[in-house]
Amino acid sequence: MAAGNATSVIAARSLVKTYVVGDYQVKALRGVNLDVPSGEFLAVTGPSGSGKSTFMHIVGCLDRPTSGQYFLDGQDVSRMSKNELAAVRNKKIGFVFQGFNLLSRTSALDNVELPLLYGGSTLKTSERHKLAKDMLAAVGLGDRFSHHPNQLSGGQQQRVAIARALVNNPSILLADEPTGNLDSRTSIDVMGLFQRLNIERGITVVLITHEHDIAEYGTRIVSFRDGVVVTDRPVTSRRTAADELANLPDTAEAV
Amino acid sequence: MSTLMVLRVAIKALARNKMRTALTMLGMIIGVAAVITMVALGTGAQSSIESQIQAAGTNMIMVSAGNFQQGGVRMGQGNASTLTPEDAIAIQSVPGVQYVAPGVSTRGQVVAGNMNWGTQIQGTDVDLPLIRSWPAKLGAFFGPADVASASKVAVIGSVVHEQLFGADVDPVGQIMRINNQPFIVVGVMSAKGQSGMGQDQDDVVYVPYTTVMKKLRGIQFIQNITVSAASAADTTPTADRIANVMRSRHQVSEGDSDDFMVRTMEEMASVRVQATETMTALLASIAGVSLLVGGIGIMNIMLVSVTERTREIGLRMAIGARGRDVLLQFLVEAIVLSMVGGGIGIALGLGLSRGVTAWMTWPTEVSPEAVAIAFVFAAATGVFFGFYPARKAAALDPIDALRFE
Repeated sequence: MAAGNATSVIAARSLVKTYVVGDYQVKALRGVNLDVPSGEFLAVTGPSGSGKSTFMHIVGCLDRPTSGQYFLDGQDVSRMSKNELAAVRNKKIGFVFQGFNLLSRTSALDNVELPLLYGGSTLKTSERHKLAKDMLAAVGLGDRFSHHPNQLSGGQQQRVAIARALVNNPSILLADEPTGNLDSRTSIDVMGLFQRLNIERGITVVLITHEHDIAEYGTRIVSFRDGVVVTDRPVTSRRTAADELANLPDTAEAV
Repeated sequence: MSTLMVLRVAIKALARNKMRTALTMLGMIIGVAAVITMVALGTGAQSSIESQIQAAGTNMIMVSAGNFQQGGVRMGQGNASTLTPEDAIAIQSVPGVQYVAPGVSTRGQVVAGNMNWGTQIQGTDVDLPLIRSWPAKLGAFFGPADVASASKVAVIGSVVHEQLFGADVDPVGQIMRINNQPFIVVGVMSAKGQSGMGQDQDDVVYVPYTTVMKKLRGIQFIQNITVSAASAADTTPTADRIANVMRSRHQVSEGDSDDFMVRTMEEMASVRVQATETMTALLASIAGVSLLVGGIGIMNIMLVSVTERTREIGLRMAIGARGRDVLLQFLVEAIVLSMVGGGIGIALGLGLSRGVTAWMTWPTEVSPEAVAIAFVFAAATGVFFGFYPARKAAALDPIDALRFE
């Protein structure tokens, strides 16, 4: 296996994705090369139609490239079958979505346990409960595991979603516009959680966002345009959510 | 995912929308309950007929006189005068035969005091109460001495008892006149009700067959011979043996038609049993249609559910569910719906069957086969109608499913 960089969690090599719509071919990705070392907090930005969503789908193993290679943890996943990709998603990727995508009328605990049910897991019920509870505690919801999504605020719901994404101890946390449905204070709060998990647990975070100020919580920003990477720069003046929260006027707790 | 986990996930998903789950199940519940109740009604009717036949004696064999032909005129069954008391004695020694009673009857006007009543005068033998398992209520049936001497003794049915003497009067020892000849009443039969053929079996007077032959009709032949086989299972072979004995006694050569008829009770009853079987099948098929409609209800809800839960399916796929896992989940949901519905339907069907018996006094009999078939059919409906929506769910593309609004 000719993996790119030994320490790269994500290594994309000339990724091309072409959609056929009627008689037209739409080139969503036109040769993307990107390496993401372990422990990085990468922000991916770009206008709609730039290819960042397609890139995210391939990185998240929800889709396969038309050509090119994608190594995840040194493993070439670009030619895997649907079932193999499902197993990779289960073990190596944690998704966080804009709309949280929690199961309604289902407790936070059950929501977090969901990934543990798939991928041939042989955990006992008590072991699953413990893992899920630990993860909920890690995102600051240690006392709310029996609450249903409709009993939780937006920020809390996103925390449950983050706990769910992390419960299987994935290689990367893939967040697609995670603050899109949250107010600015809660957004900072959630970004603080990402930063803390990134530093404390060394989790590689890939954050897809079109908001430049949100992108600045990362360590590196990659911009897409017309299916290729146009800028790739480290963040010079990184925002730190914890500091910002401390400096905010102590209004009513929105979380 | 283990089977247990699949089941648990399916139950949790169903529990998330209790009202819908309950309504979907209702279709199944009504279908299964209808099948069980309808079949119970049919089976009940059937077995009540069978028990009537049982009461008449399934081991009963009737030998009756056949067609009588004089010149070119054929008189029809029962008119031949070739059946004799000697035939009855010969039948007694046929293997498998337990009791034999020669029979000859006449209609007559019976008179007691100032009352009179027209009824059937049946000449028979002493074993009749044993053949019909029909004891006397008052007094006793006449004995062999009465038959031997053709004495004028009579045992009356409960209808005749009521009409001539009144239900409260003990008629034993009293005189009654049959066609102007005095007879002593020696016994009263217990009430037996209608026969399987719809005749009132209590409107009858029994006298020795010899008495009917010599004193009432003045004939040398008898009309029929009632036989009981030693075991019910051996009835048909015994009937065949009797027919053979009769053929040789009456010198019926091969190919000629018999001048007698041998029939078993079972043959006579089979027509009515068949009719109720047809009715049961009809009722069950109507109920089966409601079961089918219940199944379609499940498919309908599952299809709506797949559309409504597209994002859930997308999410499950994103976190590692394979197409197979999703297929299995929806399939198991449909099966759980139909099986739980089927289970409740069985309970309801059992209750309804009891209710019908209790309130409408219709006989019902819940057959385990009907319960098993209804349940298996319910489960099969779940698989059949759950498969299409489940496959639709499994075939979803996770990206499209996650974007679905």
